[in-house]
Amino acid sequence: MRNNPATRSLVIEREMAHPPEKIWRALTQSELVAEWLMKNDFQPVVGHTFTFRATPMPQWNGVTDCKVLVVEPNRMLSYSWSSSGEEALNGLKTVVTWTLTPTPTGTLVRIEQAGFRAEDENFYRGAGFGWQKMVAALERVAARPA
Amino acid sequence: MRASSQAIFTALADPTRRALFERLSREGELTVRALTDKARVSQPAVSKHLGVLKIAGLVIDRRQGRQTHYKVEPQGLRPLVNWIGVCSAFWRDRFDDLETLLKRMDQ
Repeated sequence: MRNNPATRSLVIEREMAHPPEKIWRALTQSELVAEWLMKNDFQPVVGHTFTFRATPMPQWNGVTDCKVLVVEPNRMLSYSWSSSGEEALNGLKTVVTWTLTPTPTGTLVRIEQAGFRAEDENFYRGAGFGWQKMVAALERVAARPA
Repeated sequence: MRASSQAIFTALADPTRRALFERLSREGELTVRALTDKARVSQPAVSKHLGVLKIAGLVIDRRQGRQTHYKVEPQGLRPLVNWIGVCSAFWRDRFDDLETLLKRMDQ
């Protein structure tokens, strides 16, 4: 998957001044996850299917379908992250992987979201037509409640 | 059915079509006649422009009697969304919220 040239990943890292064990709790205890990410029925059990639920918005039902793939306590957590409902057909089908690495002053928290398809990335970026600005304006118009 | 990004760009490159699309976004479902009243072109021209928007997946039409009604397809602009950008911004905000929670867990 990682080397599949047809898909792309995003990676974000941040060092946090907290031990891995504590961050692991925040990543894996459902009620703690709800406080910083979204409401969920997550359990740290490989194969468990669950959803994240946010407030529905225009063009998004607010639901993300997930399945736990990897649980290595205090080190690595991975789950699938896919669009739900009628948006699933053209929606995201990605995998989110959290990696915790101890540092002298805390923990390096890394998230990788892998599996973005070519059509998930805007090709108009840098095309030089002012599309990005125009499309951003159109998205704002389209996002207004009917 | 996913319209191509190119079809969407082509459809929205025309200012008249863009104005029609923005008006449908603002006002909801409208008849071709209502759309023509405020457009500076003829009804056949408006119909033709709406046809291009429809092929691009940006609007949906519905016939009722002699009138054709148009409304915005809510998923129409979806192919243009930069999901990597949207998700990156999302996770950066979540990192902030995670750190806030971690600080609170100390107390």
